[in-house]
Amino acid sequence: MSDNIFIIFNEVYKILFLLIPVLVSVAMIVWLDRRVWAFVQKRRGPNVVGPFGLLQSLADALKYMFKEIIIPATANKVIFILAPIVTMTLALIAWAVIPFNNYFVLADINAGILYLFAISSLGVYGIIMGGWASNSKYPFLGAIRSAAQMVSYEVSIGVIIINVLLCVGSLNLGDIVLAQEKIWFVVPLFPMFVIFFISSLAETNRPPFDLPEAEAELVAGYQTEYSGMMYAMFWLGEYANILLMCAMGSILFLGGWLSPIDIFPFNLVPGPLWMIIKILLLFLLFSLVKAIVPRYRYDQLMRLGWKIFLPLSLIWVILTSSFLFYFDLLPVK
Amino acid sequence: MIAHSIFFYFFSTIAVISAIMLTVSKNTVHSVFFLILDFISISCLFIMIGAEFLGMIMLIVYVGAVAVLFLFVVMMLNVAEQKNEWFKATDSTSHIPVGFIISTIIFFELLFVVGGWKYKPNISNAISLEINDSMSNTHALGNIIYTDYIHLFQLSGMILLVAMIGAIVLTFRKREGVKKQSYFRQISREKEEGVQLIEVENNKGVKFDD
Repeated sequence: MSDNIFIIFNEVYKILFLLIPVLVSVAMIVWLDRRVWAFVQKRRGPNVVGPFGLLQSLADALKYMFKEIIIPATANKVIFILAPIVTMTLALIAWAVIPFNNYFVLADINAGILYLFAISSLGVYGIIMGGWASNSKYPFLGAIRSAAQMVSYEVSIGVIIINVLLCVGSLNLGDIVLAQEKIWFVVPLFPMFVIFFISSLAETNRPPFDLPEAEAELVAGYQTEYSGMMYAMFWLGEYANILLMCAMGSILFLGGWLSPIDIFPFNLVPGPLWMIIKILLLFLLFSLVKAIVPRYRYDQLMRLGWKIFLPLSLIWVILTSSFLFYFDLLPVK
Repeated sequence: MIAHSIFFYFFSTIAVISAIMLTVSKNTVHSVFFLILDFISISCLFIMIGAEFLGMIMLIVYVGAVAVLFLFVVMMLNVAEQKNEWFKATDSTSHIPVGFIISTIIFFELLFVVGGWKYKPNISNAISLEINDSMSNTHALGNIIYTDYIHLFQLSGMILLVAMIGAIVLTFRKREGVKKQSYFRQISREKEEGVQLIEVENNKGVKFDD
């Protein structure tokens, strides 16, 4: 019996050890996002609360906590309350399979990449539920837009993942990273990396694809009726998803915890630190894109997803597999 | 082992309850959400018996794609109006015979299936294919699907393709007079054809046709 209790405590400890850094880094990343955005536009950004404004997100969270939660009278209350919970839970449980090192991973499951893909495809439910339950037109329109957008871009992300898997021969995230010891997949599969990056912008509803919350047309999209802590949960879930996409990109293409070159000063840096550096670099790209690029029109967004990215990534699957087959490089015999 | 059975009963209870709620609940959108919950708990059961690939694919395909489209359609329906027609109108009794016939057929089909069903405790001895424990689920599935069952696999793919093309053909209609953006034409436009200098006569104006 005491063994069981020990195991449970051990697991809870491990989960907390992963979850608390993720939540803290989400708060920090919001600050970073706003700072980068401000610097590109030659503003200061949040710089008052704490050193360099670092505590801005904490102050915001405190503000949200003490705000009143308003539930519209005609809303479907259960689903309305469930929606932000679903969003945040899904954004957090996906972190269970992200490996930060050979052994530094919460759940080292065989079908890790499928798990990540499945969880990110569930993310759309939080948005649909929020939009529908609000019983108001702007949230509903935003939810429909967002669902269509996320489903379309998921298809191309799936095909890109197949590209990577062809070179690895395993669905385990650790194996995917270890397969990149000689060369990171970003080099041979560079076009796929670009498409993955753009698709993940669309998947997380980031600018230039932030049509679900296009403030000029839809007030705030599916979040319009939300206030207080529920809004904050949507917001946290969104940024946790963005970080997750960055982690996915760094595992699939940038060699996860591996150092860029295996020589003296670089291989002293521990693996998790490399991983964090790569996630941060990808996030920097995310926030730069937000500052630089104007919003897409909706039909252009759909056209880009279905008529350009999907055929291109399918062609690349054929290219990759024929290349691997011809030169006898297939990972599984 | 205890933890295993606790989780099994947890997920199977949720699956059964949500399946019942799916048929019972009056709000159609709620029904779809219960359907999704059912899918998720069943894929959890798949993962628990070690069929992780099947469970994940079920999550991706059914929950991530099919149910989203389902939800789309259901949300577009006007649920309030529909309720009146189905539950309150006097002629709703005309649906009952059809429903009765269908449910009888399904009942007898299930009866036949359950009647011929025997529980085999050692299933691994009964199947002809070798099970390699060191191989992961996905590898084993790939080894079978792409070698022994390649024709069936291709056939099912063909059926899906035909269904997809059929859906597109059925819904596709050519609309007249729709202004479309042609990116090729936009980019290949030259200054000569885009800009025109016209001497405008006084009190007459200019008429363009585009």
